[in-house]
Amino acid sequence: MATIKIPPVLRASVGGEKEVSASGENVGEVLRDLASSHPATQSQLFSAEGELNRYVNVYLNDEDVRVLDGLETAVGAADVLVILPAMAGGSIA
Amino acid sequence: MSPSGAELLRRVKSQIDEVDPSEVAELIDEGVTVVDVREAEEYAAGHLPGAKHVPRSYLETRIEGIVPDRSAHVILYCASGNRSAYGARTLEEDLGYEHVRSMTGGITLWKDRGYEVQVPRTLTAEQRERYSRHMLVPEIGIEGQQRLLDAKVLLLGAGGLGSPTALYLAAAGVGTLGIVDDDVVDLSNLQRQVIHSTDRIGTPKVDSAEESIHAINPDVNVVKYPVRIDASNIVEIIEGYDVIVDGVDNFPTRYLLNDASVRLKIPVVSASILGFDGQLSVFKPYEGPCYRCLFREPPPAELAPSCGANGVLGVLPGTMGLLQATEVVKLIVGIGEPAIGRLLLYDALGATLTEVKVHRDPDCPICSRDPEEIADEELGVFPDYEAFCAAAG
Repeated sequence: MATIKIPPVLRASVGGEKEVSASGENVGEVLRDLASSHPATQSQLFSAEGELNRYVNVYLNDEDVRVLDGLETAVGAADVLVILPAMAGGSIA
Repeated sequence: MSPSGAELLRRVKSQIDEVDPSEVAELIDEGVTVVDVREAEEYAAGHLPGAKHVPRSYLETRIEGIVPDRSAHVILYCASGNRSAYGARTLEEDLGYEHVRSMTGGITLWKDRGYEVQVPRTLTAEQRERYSRHMLVPEIGIEGQQRLLDAKVLLLGAGGLGSPTALYLAAAGVGTLGIVDDDVVDLSNLQRQVIHSTDRIGTPKVDSAEESIHAINPDVNVVKYPVRIDASNIVEIIEGYDVIVDGVDNFPTRYLLNDASVRLKIPVVSASILGFDGQLSVFKPYEGPCYRCLFREPPPAELAPSCGANGVLGVLPGTMGLLQATEVVKLIVGIGEPAIGRLLLYDALGATLTEVKVHRDPDCPICSRDPEEIADEELGVFPDYEAFCAAAG
């Protein structure tokens, strides 16, 4: 089981957790496992075609999976996936 | 029998390597580290171009700040070559530096040979006192302080992030602080926007910020822009600034800022906050990725809780704003490793800092092209520009 770090905007979709575990041999499988356990994350992570949404970055440990093998990148049990959507909350207002 | 001073000097000089000023002149062009070991007044009267200053009496304690690498080539000099000879022996024998040399004849011979001497601009007595704790840090010193005094930094927003950033940059002696904010101080701001105060509720934020900045450092030149930044004014406002501090609260402006700053090649120190979480990165055009390399597209409005009022722990923008201020100082002084190509994720509740890598995107719609190819009408191109926040409700 890999660990997934959940960003603030997705925490409501996973019951408020900051980290969850999910299983799979590669990044795609782990994220789909997350989406099946927490269906509210499905549309936030994946497009209708099943691709990772362009506004969501996923890191395996500290590396962007897009410069690795994308959703095919192999994931070990000790690995940490970081999901990172853009966050614009500045503070002018 | 103990040796005389002259004998000791001869012995020390026989143990170290010396280098002639003519060779030093060539090595300076190649970027070798040259350290002036004289006293502060002597250094201030003129020194070798680019020479660092570490007085002989502080050599052992401060040299590592200037030259961390023991195998680096270092040249020491003083007035005539004696103090630097002792210094060279200390670095070599006591601290293990492998390639230390002392310049023969010191700056006196250097000048006699007609080589260039750099005379640092001097600070006033008041400035010396005010910035004395910077002077004591070898990485900053008088040169770094001068760079800060010459620097122009633009703050986008005098809100939660901009408040601590502005105060500390003013205190640090940044010469010009531009502030863009069209809002007025509201009671609900004061939980985190520490540059404002209760008696200034209703006052334009740029005026309130200026008052606080001048209270802490009257020398700072404050340039006020009580406007909302948009495609029609961004280039005119940001042009000429050395660093931009991004504390904007919405995606359209963040993309607009990115595109304009890439075109003008101005580094942006960016932070964002939400709840108990903060993000920070430095986008230095053409040296590292830009914001569009990190996030090619903004999220759909329902996933971007950034347009309306959101909760935030009051101290969090303080934490993130001061990380921004730190990055600004590093960029201006030219020290350390700014967070270029890295995104720092701070989780206040967990007290953890996570770092992920950000790469330049070879297909980036903006920074994969030359700056002059980026047209005005391309700046801030953003899906549903007007509808974005309306949709987020």
